[in-house]
Amino acid sequence: MDFSYSEEQQMLQQSVSKFISQDYDWDSRQAIAKSATGFSAEHWQLFAELGWLTIPFKEDDGGFGGSAVDLIVTMQEFGKGLLVEPFLANTILAGTVVSEAGSSEQKATLLAPLMEGSLQLAFAYAEPQSRYELSNVQCSAVINGDEMVLNGHKSVVLNGAAAEKILVSVRTSGESCDREGISLIWVDASTPGVRRECYASVDGQRAADIWFDNVALPASNLLGNVGEAIDVIEMTVDKAALAVCAEAVGAMEMSLTKTVEYSKIRKQFKVTLSTFQALQHRMANMFIELAQAKSILLMAAMEMDSLSGRAPKAVSAAKSRIGKAARLVGEESIQIHGGIGVTDELDVGHYFKRLTAIQFLFGSTDHHTARFAAS
Amino acid sequence: MNIDFSAEELTFQQEVSAFLAAELPSDIRDKAANSIELTKDDFVTWQKILAKKGWAATNWPVEFGGTGWTPTQKYIFDNECAKVGAPEVMAFGLKMVAPIIYTYGNEEQKKRFLPDILASNVWWCQGYSEPNAGSDLASLKTTAIRDGDEYVVNGTKTWTTLGQHADWIFCLVRTGAADVKNQNAISFLLINMKTPGINLSPIYLLDGSPEVNEVHFDNVRVPAENLIGEEGKGWTYAKVLLTHERTNIAGVAKSKKRLQDLKEKAAHTSDGLSGTKTMLSDNSAWQQKVAELEIELLALEYTELKTLAEVSTGKAPGPESSILKIKGTEIQQAIDMLNVELAGYYALPFVRDQFLEGFEGVAIGPDQAAGSAPTYFNNRKATIYGGSNEIQTNIICKAVLGL
Repeated sequence: MDFSYSEEQQMLQQSVSKFISQDYDWDSRQAIAKSATGFSAEHWQLFAELGWLTIPFKEDDGGFGGSAVDLIVTMQEFGKGLLVEPFLANTILAGTVVSEAGSSEQKATLLAPLMEGSLQLAFAYAEPQSRYELSNVQCSAVINGDEMVLNGHKSVVLNGAAAEKILVSVRTSGESCDREGISLIWVDASTPGVRRECYASVDGQRAADIWFDNVALPASNLLGNVGEAIDVIEMTVDKAALAVCAEAVGAMEMSLTKTVEYSKIRKQFKVTLSTFQALQHRMANMFIELAQAKSILLMAAMEMDSLSGRAPKAVSAAKSRIGKAARLVGEESIQIHGGIGVTDELDVGHYFKRLTAIQFLFGSTDHHTARFAAS
Repeated sequence: MNIDFSAEELTFQQEVSAFLAAELPSDIRDKAANSIELTKDDFVTWQKILAKKGWAATNWPVEFGGTGWTPTQKYIFDNECAKVGAPEVMAFGLKMVAPIIYTYGNEEQKKRFLPDILASNVWWCQGYSEPNAGSDLASLKTTAIRDGDEYVVNGTKTWTTLGQHADWIFCLVRTGAADVKNQNAISFLLINMKTPGINLSPIYLLDGSPEVNEVHFDNVRVPAENLIGEEGKGWTYAKVLLTHERTNIAGVAKSKKRLQDLKEKAAHTSDGLSGTKTMLSDNSAWQQKVAELEIELLALEYTELKTLAEVSTGKAPGPESSILKIKGTEIQQAIDMLNVELAGYYALPFVRDQFLEGFEGVAIGPDQAAGSAPTYFNNRKATIYGGSNEIQTNIICKAVLGL
């Protein structure tokens, strides 16, 4: 056992942290979030130049070969800045699918430009009836020789608006909820029969619902073996769940810091809020929740790196615990701020919104508690 | 960062496990498995076995006879001990007074006291709290007035755990002005329990056990050489110790074992809903409670491991260690309650003698059901002692958040 960051990890942390503190102040973040695309193409290019878009990928694929610990180091810093650039949706979710399931040709088409910052991808896996069950797939692809036809509806596809190409989980055989018979395909967003409704999410990010109506594709758009995609899908979503856990830890750290700072300035009854024990203890509880969240995040990342086979259970433990912490820290930060906390003007409310969204991404707190109990 | 044990750590784990299998006396193991209270002899016997192996003092520096283990080794040792139900060593000598003696005591005191503590020849107890000094410990009133080469001690200490077994007591006493808030008037004094003028009266707790005592001092004459460090510095010494103590107080290994036992028992306890076909462990409300507790404990385990890793690099445990006390005791108490829930009706029968050595009557109810409620009642103390959880929360507010 070893709990120290390597020198490389410390450098990574410093470099992401420097970007957030110098180039991602609150006003610029808000301007980017409200822009037409919802993210900065300029920043995205910078991430590519700094090599951040290669972090999760194997060295054989031209990646940095980063570990799960590298991933959480990065995401914690992004969480502090409430980053809206689609690192999670594009790089981690879609990128991992291609990296794990794609052929070398597919990696050349999809992964290489992703790492260079020139391609936006999304991974469409959820459906209106599926909630958090990844094997609940009704979107279908009928394969006929060298061709296939895609039909169905995918829900709340992160980065679905900007994505030029979309990775889709589809059923190629069996019934909804069978673990067998699920496959992965990619489809160009401009293919006839693809329809998108794009929208902003409550946390200022962008997503889309996507319908596929008899979309004709070459069978070569399949990634990996037909009908055997569930393991890759689960592994990818676990990695994304770990990533948002780390993002939540970063966001909670900021929420707590901002709340404590505000309590030392704001005066009522001629004294600062920080002098009231009722509020002091609420802030101490936020601190304890954050500490427990950090610990379980570290545990889950190390389990993912350890090949112990315990990663899925560990991720569920982390997602469950961090979901609980995110709820408490988010809600308390608003309560302690008082009226100003519910205004759109102040950043603390936006941390609260992101912390809320994270509780429901990739499986809710209750979903992961039950998954932990069952495994 | 790496979660896996190294080859050396795996070997160490096997060594500990083999040692426990060979050396833990079976009668002590059986008592633990059957909720029978351990006697003084049981504790001393086991601690002497550990001492012989050189494993009694896991937190001491090597120069005084400590193990010099890494945090991971301590973690392995604690977990292996908990798995087989080995008694935890009595903290008062080995974990509480010894660090004060080797840190602040003089050479003479180290030579005089440490070997007997290490070998468990002497049983220590703690004299901090008083009837009117609980959470506000600094308001303690027991006085030690210098008279020639002696201090004359007067006052009352309370909540003295297992003081009935003790040979010695370490006390916080007021050597200076009677000003109650003056923490600089408090000193750290070691007192032989056989000194004339000491009287001990038992206090019975909610489980019927005389676990704690009041200790009365009536003109007790204590040699001045028993003072640790300087007069007036006792409060500082005790405070430093308390941060160290809190890193031991979480009880993670023991809670892990208890939770594991609880899950196994729930898998064999009918939930009453289907004749005897479905078990409590099939109930989703039960499952959720147990899973949330397991997850909380897992988080705490890593909070503790991180703290120990920092301590091993030479840093003193920070005020963050208050988290270990708060969360550790909350988890212990939640497990206590789940055991009561598991017992159901059989949480009610109370036959005090059932928990004592030599009981020959009829044990009522399933294994350990009878102990569930007494344990729950007794262990409400956990969030009160060692600085109540609210005091710990105040420490976080002041020392971490700067409020």
